[in-house]
Amino acid sequence: MSIGATEIEGIARLARIRIDAADVARYAGQLSQILTYIEAMNEVDTSGIEPLAHAIDAVAACRPDLVTETVDRATLQAGAPRVEEGYYLVPRVIE
Amino acid sequence: MFAETVTAIAADLKAGRYSSADITEHYLARIAEFDPGLNSYITVCADEARAAAARADALLARGEGGPLTGVPYANKDIFCTRGIRTSCASRMLDNFIAPYDATVVEKLTGAGMVMLGKTNMDEFAMGSSNETSWYGPVRNPWDLSRVPGGSSGGSAAAVAARLAPVATGTDTGGSIRQPAALCGITGLKPTYGRVSRWGMIAFASSLDQGGPMALTAADLALLMNAMAGHCARDSTSVERPAEDFTRLLAQPLTGLRIGLPTQYFAAGLDPAMREAVDAAVGVLRALGADTVSVDLPHAGYAIPAYYVVASAECSSNLSRYDGVRFGHRCDDPRDLTDLYTRSRAEGFGAEVKRRILVGTYALSAGYYDAYYGKAQQLRRLIQQDFTRAFAGVDVILGPTTPTTAFELGQKTDDPLTMYLSDVYTTAANLAGLPALSMPAGLIGGLPAGVQLIGNYFDETRLLNVAHQYQQETAWHLARPPHA
Repeated sequence: MSIGATEIEGIARLARIRIDAADVARYAGQLSQILTYIEAMNEVDTSGIEPLAHAIDAVAACRPDLVTETVDRATLQAGAPRVEEGYYLVPRVIE
Repeated sequence: MFAETVTAIAADLKAGRYSSADITEHYLARIAEFDPGLNSYITVCADEARAAAARADALLARGEGGPLTGVPYANKDIFCTRGIRTSCASRMLDNFIAPYDATVVEKLTGAGMVMLGKTNMDEFAMGSSNETSWYGPVRNPWDLSRVPGGSSGGSAAAVAARLAPVATGTDTGGSIRQPAALCGITGLKPTYGRVSRWGMIAFASSLDQGGPMALTAADLALLMNAMAGHCARDSTSVERPAEDFTRLLAQPLTGLRIGLPTQYFAAGLDPAMREAVDAAVGVLRALGADTVSVDLPHAGYAIPAYYVVASAECSSNLSRYDGVRFGHRCDDPRDLTDLYTRSRAEGFGAEVKRRILVGTYALSAGYYDAYYGKAQQLRRLIQQDFTRAFAGVDVILGPTTPTTAFELGQKTDDPLTMYLSDVYTTAANLAGLPALSMPAGLIGGLPAGVQLIGNYFDETRLLNVAHQYQQETAWHLARPPHA
């Protein structure tokens, strides 16, 4: 599989990672190489094989819906880049 | 003379030959002397370690405490520690101080252990050489021009250089076993679900598993007794009765059936590595084990399937780093999209970005079935290969890595070549099986590792085989030159 510059820009947009124009060609080359290698999977006929999402057969874990933690907002927000009056600050979204 | 294994240190503490304070100072002094050349620690916690040692000594003086009370250890910097930076070796988390302890940390602290510091690693555990760390590469104490392996490279180098008697690691595709092999120590990736993932920063949630790294199998067993167990905060944690992981150590190997996968001894395996593995098999045969050839027909597809599953899960898990609630934020964002995209571009290194991009692509509309769906089908086939093999054998044995430690910088320009250093290790993660690496020789002065893969929840068997092997050999006690 060969990935071009336009596709890299599209994937980067989905992943919310800015990629400098100068680096697009390098990422395109590396991703093409990795995806070509990954396509070795197609050598195996997997028709009818049930996909395995998780190695251990387990049912969803349930527990009583009880309050077990107390949330200390100041502690949780101590590492936030910008906080004001208990709110996380981001650039204006609505003009 | 200070003892070097957890077992011997614990005996010294119990007998009162040394205090935890003495032993802790000994390791802090060794870190100050040797770590500038190795870079195995990101953070050393001297003050906290001294305080924990004093608490342990008070307990021991009253005749209290458990088998690990007062024994120092190091934590991979992926386990959250309250009040002490947890960076995951990323610029993204360079300023991150977790408000809570990971379950593993809580358990080891509860067992009275003394944390010396947080060890270096590949950024977000993505890498096989410890060269993707924001804090610079770790050097292998056997040869400073070579890598220690990864991603738990700091833990492996620290234990090998006697800068900690034992360390925690995590293994998503070989990140405990491969560095253990390259640094000449013993490491165990438990069955998926054995050790709580709560507070262990997520990379690929269906594959990630924490485990211990030490000099001996007996030490791993002691650590497993403290680390393993059901955790209500991890919904994939397995509920099983507590067990004593030391209970089979002394069992003779008479009649043990060892499977040797033909695919693990095929092209690509260094001939000297093959000799080391053959020699280990010879030792185990002399101890009464029988060997039989086994077939793992889909072994060759483990790496492609692994890189799809791991990258897909990482692209989802790492979406939480958005520059809003914690972690790195870019300066002067123009708008919200600029805040996200620039914070992530600046906070993540090249390998992390590559994997997020691969994962995003593999999960995107129109490609999901061809990549993620296909990889999950192969995952099923790989698991079935093991199920068939374990019908006839107790453990599967092969090399941990195709070669010994490679030179720093040798594979950094070629991500694909780097991925292939995990050729023997990723299958155990896809299948969720326990696997152990133990030192089995030196090739040109560099350690060679043998991997044992066990059936589900059969860690005690792996520890038994490794311990019996270590009664007959001394590779696990060989000291690297830079220690």
